[in-house]
Amino acid sequence: MRIELERRPAHSALFSALSPFIALGLTVIAGAIIFTIMGKNPVAALYSFFIEPLTEVWSLHELAIKAAPLILIAVGLSVCFRSNNWNIGAEGQFVIGAISGSIIPIVFYEWHSVLVLPLMIVMGMAGGALYAAIPALLKTRFNTNEILSSLMLVYVAQLFLDWLVRGPWRNPEGFNFPETRDFNASAILPEILPASGRANFGFVFAIIATLLTWFMMRHMLKGFEVSVLGQSARAGRFAGFSANRMVFFAFLFSGALAGLAGISEVSGAINELQPVISPGYGFTAIIVAFLGRLNPLGIFAAGLILALTYLGGEAAQISIGLPDKIARVFQGMLLFFVLACDTLIHYRVRIKSAVHANAAGEGA
Amino acid sequence: MELTEAILFTITTAATPLLLAAIGELVVERSGVLNLGVEGMIVMGAVVAFVATELSGSVYLGAFSGVLAGCALALLFAFMTLTLVTNQVATGLALTILGLGVSGMIGENFVGQPGIKMDTITIPVLSSIPLIGKLLFDQDLIFYISIFSVFGVSWFLFRTRAGLKLRAIGDSHGSAHALGITVIRTRYLAVLFGGACAGLAGAQLSLVYTPQWVENMSAGRGWIALALVVFASWRPLRVLAGAYLFGAVTIGQLHAQALGFGIPSQFLSALPYLATIVVLVIISRNKRLTLMNTPASLGQSFVPDR
Repeated sequence: MRIELERRPAHSALFSALSPFIALGLTVIAGAIIFTIMGKNPVAALYSFFIEPLTEVWSLHELAIKAAPLILIAVGLSVCFRSNNWNIGAEGQFVIGAISGSIIPIVFYEWHSVLVLPLMIVMGMAGGALYAAIPALLKTRFNTNEILSSLMLVYVAQLFLDWLVRGPWRNPEGFNFPETRDFNASAILPEILPASGRANFGFVFAIIATLLTWFMMRHMLKGFEVSVLGQSARAGRFAGFSANRMVFFAFLFSGALAGLAGISEVSGAINELQPVISPGYGFTAIIVAFLGRLNPLGIFAAGLILALTYLGGEAAQISIGLPDKIARVFQGMLLFFVLACDTLIHYRVRIKSAVHANAAGEGA
Repeated sequence: MELTEAILFTITTAATPLLLAAIGELVVERSGVLNLGVEGMIVMGAVVAFVATELSGSVYLGAFSGVLAGCALALLFAFMTLTLVTNQVATGLALTILGLGVSGMIGENFVGQPGIKMDTITIPVLSSIPLIGKLLFDQDLIFYISIFSVFGVSWFLFRTRAGLKLRAIGDSHGSAHALGITVIRTRYLAVLFGGACAGLAGAQLSLVYTPQWVENMSAGRGWIALALVVFASWRPLRVLAGAYLFGAVTIGQLHAQALGFGIPSQFLSALPYLATIVVLVIISRNKRLTLMNTPASLGQSFVPDR
């Protein structure tokens, strides 16, 4: 038996729309199999993983908190990936955004003003964008592979944060715990509906970023430039677009959004800096971007689904004693299934028995 | 003298996993496939090798299981990218994410357990040579394999017919296919070889370097190995030099941390990652040289026309 691919004359609109759903379905089935192997009732496990977090209002707020950074980062990455720039270091840009946005509430912690929050956000975005500019600069000036350079910078950013919260930024009144000062009230991102849960304005930022990016990609020349240069750098050159400037645009854009996600998370959900501030949002956002088919609106939906895997992982740990690592396994499987299903858009898959394949070979 | 010997010895243990993973990836990339899942394969190799050693009591059975685990992930990658022609970059990232997740689950109950360290195999006569004798001939099996793999791969790629075919596929899969070379099958084998090497690199981490299981214990070595391949401009002997250079940087920063110098340990820990970036910049700055050495079909999918 062998599998053969046959290129479709035109890409299939049907599978283009269906493939994320097929991938989700396959992930749930594979999940059920894993749960069964681990000796858990698959129905109960899937329920507590995927449904239970959606049944209560407070946990919907938690979903929004987890989804906001994923959506913000993934929307930025979609522009990168569409223009064929592989920014894998969003996790590092998230961290640097959080650090640079936290300069005011930590160093000038006694300053109360309405200016604090807007400044923090601007500085967070600038920090993330500048950090992303490093791989862009190395790529355009020295032809350095951006995948490796952006990824290495993740480790550097994490170590830098670790040094800050254990060293110069450690809370002097914090009993030697590796944490910074708590942010004062004017540095905390407000909650959207404080009466029902703790979701903060980071989620609103995610909605705005989604809509603006969608508008740019759909209705502005810049969006067209992104797609053209991504599909064929040569064609882009003929149209007068500069590939080097696009590298900078893509990295600065995604870096700024990752930085915004970082400062929103710290200011809205954590309210201080700690040695670790992200459960891998920058990497999970890559999955979000692909599950959302690199389309901002699709990414919004995909961000909610991946946020659910984080919540589901925590819920399944508490209610049925599954290890919380199961969330990462689900995320990895989901990306595999998404990529495999995308094959169906461009190809027909034919499964041939060996006998047939031989006969066909002789005939030809 | 004793101290020099000890330091050199630790450099070899730090360099071996990088060397193995990079040599494997070199063969994969020479065949025109870019597998960014090295990190995931290493970490799976590490956890499976550790758990299998704990359960069976044999480090060699453990190491072999680690190799198989690396192969299993590599097979998944090969099926996705070669049979289903998915994007190689995205699939490689998926492999890393999956590997980190699954390894965490498998190793859940083994965190912090004391492991068994692989014994050294002393080669008589040769190991009595002063200074380098103990260093080169009183080592564990994985070290010997790593050194052998460099020369084996070098010989295979540049001195055998099969190696020539593999390089031809990497440089132009279309022409190779037209000449009747089986592109997909060769690439499957190359990717599996890469998986086996990465799995063995992982086994070295959990059985030799630090005989225990710690989550994410690969700590970016898979990515450094990928950078080493570029650094070596796809040549095995240069991978050997590069891996030992990085081993020296890693050990150097550890000793610097122990001595203090007043430099924060985090800055020293960041050194191998920064060194990777610096080295990449230096190597890739010369555009013509890079273009000349890079396998021309690297990262491109291939669907044969019938």
